[in-house]
Amino acid sequence: MSPEDGSNLLESDAASVSFKETELTLGLPGESRGLALIEKTGGKRGFSETVDLNLGRSSTVDSDHKKYSGESETDVQNMAKPPAAKAQVVGWPPVRAYRKNAMKGCKYVKVAVDGAPYLRKVDLEMYNSYQQLLNALQDMFSCSNFTIRNYLNERAVTNQEVNNGVEYVPIYEDKDGDWMMLGDVPWKMFVESCKRLRLMKSSEAIGFAPRTPSKCSSSN
Amino acid sequence: MLRKASLFPEEMLEHVLSFITSDKDRNAVSLVCKSWYEIERWCRKRIFVGNCYAVRPEMVIRRFPELRSVELKGKPHFADFDLVPDGWGGCVYPWIAALATAYPLLEEIKLKRMVVSDESLEVIAKSFKNFKVLVLSSCEGFSTDGLAAVAANCRNLRGLDLRESEVDDPSGQWLSRFPGSFTSLASLNISCLGAEVSFSALERLVGRCPDLKTLRLNHAVPLDKLANLLRGAPQLVELGTGAYSAELQPDVFSNLAGAFSGCKELRSLSGFWNVFPGYLPAVYPVCSGLTSLNLRDANIQGADLINLVSQCRSLQRLWVLDYIEDSGLKALAACCKDLTELRVFPSDPYGAEPNVSLTERGLVSVSEGCPKLQSVLYFCRQMTNAALVTIAKNSPRMTCFRLCIIEPRAPDYQTLQPLDLGFGAIVENYMDLRRLSLSGLLTDRVFEYIGTYAKKLEMLSVAFAGDSDLGLHHVLSGCEKLCKLEIRDCPFGDNALLANAAKLETMRSLWMSSCSVSFRACKLLGQKMPRLNVEVIDERGPPDLRPENCPVEKLYIYRTIAGPRFDMPGFVWTMDGDSV
Repeated sequence: MSPEDGSNLLESDAASVSFKETELTLGLPGESRGLALIEKTGGKRGFSETVDLNLGRSSTVDSDHKKYSGESETDVQNMAKPPAAKAQVVGWPPVRAYRKNAMKGCKYVKVAVDGAPYLRKVDLEMYNSYQQLLNALQDMFSCSNFTIRNYLNERAVTNQEVNNGVEYVPIYEDKDGDWMMLGDVPWKMFVESCKRLRLMKSSEAIGFAPRTPSKCSSSN
Repeated sequence: MLRKASLFPEEMLEHVLSFITSDKDRNAVSLVCKSWYEIERWCRKRIFVGNCYAVRPEMVIRRFPELRSVELKGKPHFADFDLVPDGWGGCVYPWIAALATAYPLLEEIKLKRMVVSDESLEVIAKSFKNFKVLVLSSCEGFSTDGLAAVAANCRNLRGLDLRESEVDDPSGQWLSRFPGSFTSLASLNISCLGAEVSFSALERLVGRCPDLKTLRLNHAVPLDKLANLLRGAPQLVELGTGAYSAELQPDVFSNLAGAFSGCKELRSLSGFWNVFPGYLPAVYPVCSGLTSLNLRDANIQGADLINLVSQCRSLQRLWVLDYIEDSGLKALAACCKDLTELRVFPSDPYGAEPNVSLTERGLVSVSEGCPKLQSVLYFCRQMTNAALVTIAKNSPRMTCFRLCIIEPRAPDYQTLQPLDLGFGAIVENYMDLRRLSLSGLLTDRVFEYIGTYAKKLEMLSVAFAGDSDLGLHHVLSGCEKLCKLEIRDCPFGDNALLANAAKLETMRSLWMSSCSVSFRACKLLGQKMPRLNVEVIDERGPPDLRPENCPVEKLYIYRTIAGPRFDMPGFVWTMDGDSV
């Protein structure tokens, strides 16, 4: 394999090297690649001052060092401003995506509503707090005419027709088989231990004494 | 009088060689002369193939007939960040099939970023009577069925390590397939598994394996069961907990603390998913002896985190989320004088605004307080040249420096200048730097510094940097030891690549995506360099349907003696003399 004839790409002798796009040359084994480009003459010299290259399609090296990535000075100042919401770049920042899958247990639990003929399922992993879960349950059963008693904030989460609404109390069955009120334990612990949910009619909620507000500080 | 190499008794040379285990040394030995080549190849026991497509399994088998350990890597590193489309390749089956026939005495297989089918695992399980160690690092394509085959058949298994792999349809029953008579396990890492494993099977397994030194559980193992496991394995050296939360109950806590106290050999801790801070003091008894602490998945913050870390005065390696903040890193720097490796990961990588107070100051503190620091991975949202210069001067032992400023092209936030000078100081001061990742606003100048100073650099990762081909040219022409170069979203095109084509044969691989390399240049490179595989990855369709000067989406170039591969999917084209 003989070396390509013709000028080596980044020659040092010309003050300006014209680059013809059709003449691509290869740096093959055996060719010297000595370049004046990175001459070290003691002090740091801007490399762009050594050789002025016209590289055709590639962005030209400007002797003005303030030119970054082909953008003008005003863009530099713009970059200093906090960015608006922007589209996410694929693979950036370089964090492993798999971790989400490994930790996502896909915690589906059945939700039973007293008096409703159907069961629904929710993925507890999709929520970060009791409030979010309760909001979602409210949305899910919005065709039903009810309110969920929300002990966390000591106010009921209601839908529009509150007058005729039946009040429900959300309870869950934990790993030990006990039925508990929502809000007693930190959210993540609840997710770990919850096996299923039930929206029980308030009228039947005897034996489930409402917790005092101080114990219900939402610790999500 | 010198004796000629050929008169040196073979048996003596073989005996001498048995003490030489490093791959580089072994390779050097094999180049001395033909007889040394022959002697060496017959007694080589371990082989590392950094790119599974660089050589065919038959070639390895022909040259090294007595291997006991094979290590392979498949996909390029950027596959970790979803830049390599699914189906690209890296299937291990052809290797496994070949190894099964050639090496019935094979003991170890270590794979990284490869696609491993259940069938491959079954072949491994049934082909090697003395199989001892299986490491699947960042692999995928298998399920717990494959693991069950390994458990059931590998009677002498010592190590099963699934670190960071993706396992399909996990079910915990595979663990029960280890026979009751199986007692040889020394290392088990199942931290990547999503679903529950059968706890009773796990407990029995742990209890009957007296050599078990490493146990990394997955998050599904509940905290209240951990104490039982620990009491069954007080000899553990490395432990990964499961989920670290439960209702705070005094008896559970004291049981756990007591169990930890019994583990006198414990040196490494990891796991800590879903931490309930009230249980953290249970590990305090072991903290003073810890050399490695991995809190990468731990949602611990503030004082809880600082208290924990401050107890670990012997710490050499810390992986932690940026919840540690500058204040925590300052405390770390004051307590942990033996620290050699620090990794700080982002808790909210995609948020537009910072959620924690972690800045360049944290890393400066650590560099000031920890003189033995040699490996850093640091995600942050702001940096200055001044900080980088300080860090560069403080840590002369640095061999691996990876900085990720989360916003692409972020300048020095104080001066608004590029970070060229800061990284320039890094490469100038770190005489032994082998690995470097750049970020922030960078011009061609930083590459000039790298090409000039980074003479021992083996791996370089570049993103959103540079102005022109000169940048790439500086690196390819200056970095003599460069082995792996991965580039994304940089304005590098044909010129530097073609001008340095010969350099590519001295490297393992080059990855370029979202750059400006034309299809024509790829073709030319492929034609002229038969010992390189030039692979164009383009999901837009065949590159020859577009103009020749159109840039390709992604380019993966690697040296090989195996010729072009034949298992490419529809979106990968190889550029060689014949096909182009």
